[in-house]
Amino acid sequence: MAIEVVMPQMGQSVAEGTVLQWFKQEGERIEKDEALLTINTDKIDVEIPSPGAGILSRIRVRAGETVPVGTSLATIEGPEPDRPPAGTTPSALTPETVRSPEKTARWLSPAVLELAERQGLTPAEVHKIRGTGQGGRVTKQDILAYLAARGAGTAPSGDEDVVPFTPMRRAIAEHMVRSKQTAAHATAILEVDMTTIVEFREREKAAFAERWGSPLTFLPFIIQATVRALTKHPWLNAWVEHDRIVLKREINIGIAVALPEGLIVPVLKAAEGLTLAEIARQADDLARRAREKRLTPMEVQGGTFTVNNLGVSGILLATPILVQPQAGILGIGAVTKRPIVVDDHVAIRSLAYLCLSFDHRVIDGAMAGQFLQEMKARLEGFNPTQQ
Amino acid sequence: MEEITYLEAIRQALWEEMDQDERVFLLGEDIGAYGGAFKITKGFLEKFGEERVIDTPLAESGFVGAAIGAALMGMRPVVEMQFADFISCAFDQIVNMAAKHHYRLREPVPMVIRAPYGGRLHAGPFHSQCPEAWFVHSPGLKVVAPSTPYDAKGLLKASIRDPNPVIYCEHKYLYRHAKGEVPSGEYVLPLGEAEVKRQGSDITLITYGAMVQQGLEAADQMSAQGIEVELVDLRTLYPLDTETILASVKKTGKTLIVHEAPQVCGIGAEIAAVIAQEAFRHLDAPVMRLTAPHTPVPFSSPLEDFYLPNAAKIASKLKDLASY
Repeated sequence: MAIEVVMPQMGQSVAEGTVLQWFKQEGERIEKDEALLTINTDKIDVEIPSPGAGILSRIRVRAGETVPVGTSLATIEGPEPDRPPAGTTPSALTPETVRSPEKTARWLSPAVLELAERQGLTPAEVHKIRGTGQGGRVTKQDILAYLAARGAGTAPSGDEDVVPFTPMRRAIAEHMVRSKQTAAHATAILEVDMTTIVEFREREKAAFAERWGSPLTFLPFIIQATVRALTKHPWLNAWVEHDRIVLKREINIGIAVALPEGLIVPVLKAAEGLTLAEIARQADDLARRAREKRLTPMEVQGGTFTVNNLGVSGILLATPILVQPQAGILGIGAVTKRPIVVDDHVAIRSLAYLCLSFDHRVIDGAMAGQFLQEMKARLEGFNPTQQ
Repeated sequence: MEEITYLEAIRQALWEEMDQDERVFLLGEDIGAYGGAFKITKGFLEKFGEERVIDTPLAESGFVGAAIGAALMGMRPVVEMQFADFISCAFDQIVNMAAKHHYRLREPVPMVIRAPYGGRLHAGPFHSQCPEAWFVHSPGLKVVAPSTPYDAKGLLKASIRDPNPVIYCEHKYLYRHAKGEVPSGEYVLPLGEAEVKRQGSDITLITYGAMVQQGLEAADQMSAQGIEVELVDLRTLYPLDTETILASVKKTGKTLIVHEAPQVCGIGAEIAAVIAQEAFRHLDAPVMRLTAPHTPVPFSSPLEDFYLPNAAKIASKLKDLASY
């Protein structure tokens, strides 16, 4: 019987390992628990004992190669013959399928996948269930028991209500968790004086609305400044793809829109060529159609950076979660009048906080600071004549 | 309700059908004066006369051919193969004449061939075989294989009344080992309908004939261990009741198919393929089979015990599936 040697999971966060050295060559005999190879995962070297006795018939991953957890590294042929001699019958009592199923406990049967999908369980959730099947496999019964227990645990009692996930809520939940598990989130915050823009907006908003048919909010100012800052700091218009960082040439700004049932992020495409008025009208159009649920799938895809207007909800500060795979998201707090020291005098100015969450895998705090300084300079130095 | 044997149920069905329909008559070896090798037709010659209870020479191809001719002339012949093993002598008449006649000429062939089959009687390689798959594989035939006296009677009556040639597989071990209640009045069971003989949520056990008893015994053993087995008794092998099979498999996600016939290209292979095709997304384990091995039936009693599936072997296989 063949025994597979697989890259072991050496800790929850470890997704891959590197084979450092094989102690046996192909064709050599090995005993159970005899040292077979060393691997390196998460900066630690580990010696792996042989899972069974037999002949090391095949090495699939050579020294120096890095492979994901669960990858087959080698095959050991056990002592008994794999097949009965020709002419005899494979015994109906001991078929291969039941004795040696897929080795890994992570394998899910069609029935488990079907049931999980129907019940809205995520793959991550399913893998967390303790499997009672062969090799720790999660069985259909395990899922049913899990659902029953969960049902019992969350059944509505007198003092609580139980609300099942809507598909949208679940999508948000999954995306947020995945984002937190994927990126190294950090948030930098800078205060910006919006007085010039506030005054400009007060002056122009009636005429703007009349001329363009959409309101002039703070958002287009922020988007415009963001686009310009991104042009100067392309590392924030970027993401991690496998083991590389990809800087995107096109700037597509995701605009977070709060709906009663959840958050949706339509994308303002090719934002770098647009005027303030164009940004205002397109952003307003996207937001309106988001509320009317008339967005096309294309319009919520392809974002390279996201802007979230926190001020709509009166929020001053927040630490936004990145929209995967993007490396940056900017939250803008409410614009409020506050006392501030200007030229050694206390002045009343319209202030707002710019909250930049960034993927620390891609950039560091210094660059986040430079980006925010660029934003601040653009917003505070807003020049109406240049629009 | 009276409790009778499987043998008595078959006898009653024949008697009642002959009694109420004079087109029904019997042909076979030693069925008249001798009353049949298993005494099923004992007393029939006296009651119905030698024109309706015909002792034939040892020539299966000949008397099956005669039955086909009679059926085409509007009679309802019921042929007794002394042992199902001898049916191969009549194979050409069955699969080329009886099975294809309606297709070629639109004339129905309403006949039944009773095939006493199966082992566990230590009767060796020529008196123990299970030939049902050959006929399931041949378009134009229906194949029936009851497991209880109740089913045996109701399905034999249905087979006699059916306009198609029916191979009626009656298990020899069950003749005197299966007892059960049968209504005193007239009843007929539909062909082509499986029956769930035992409800369960964990594993579907699909079988027929003598393996139903063994399967029920194994299911009781499993129940004591907290594993609930649902037993589907096919009753008719063709047309196959895929609806009942799939409904059960979709419920449990795990399937064991048991038959006494050899495994290769057996009924189990067909069922497994149907399940893989129609219920793939409901499978929580490989579809398993437990059958006789691919050898002739051995004559030696210990060897035959080793050869045949039984309750203990079924339970062991069910345990494998339960822990998968």
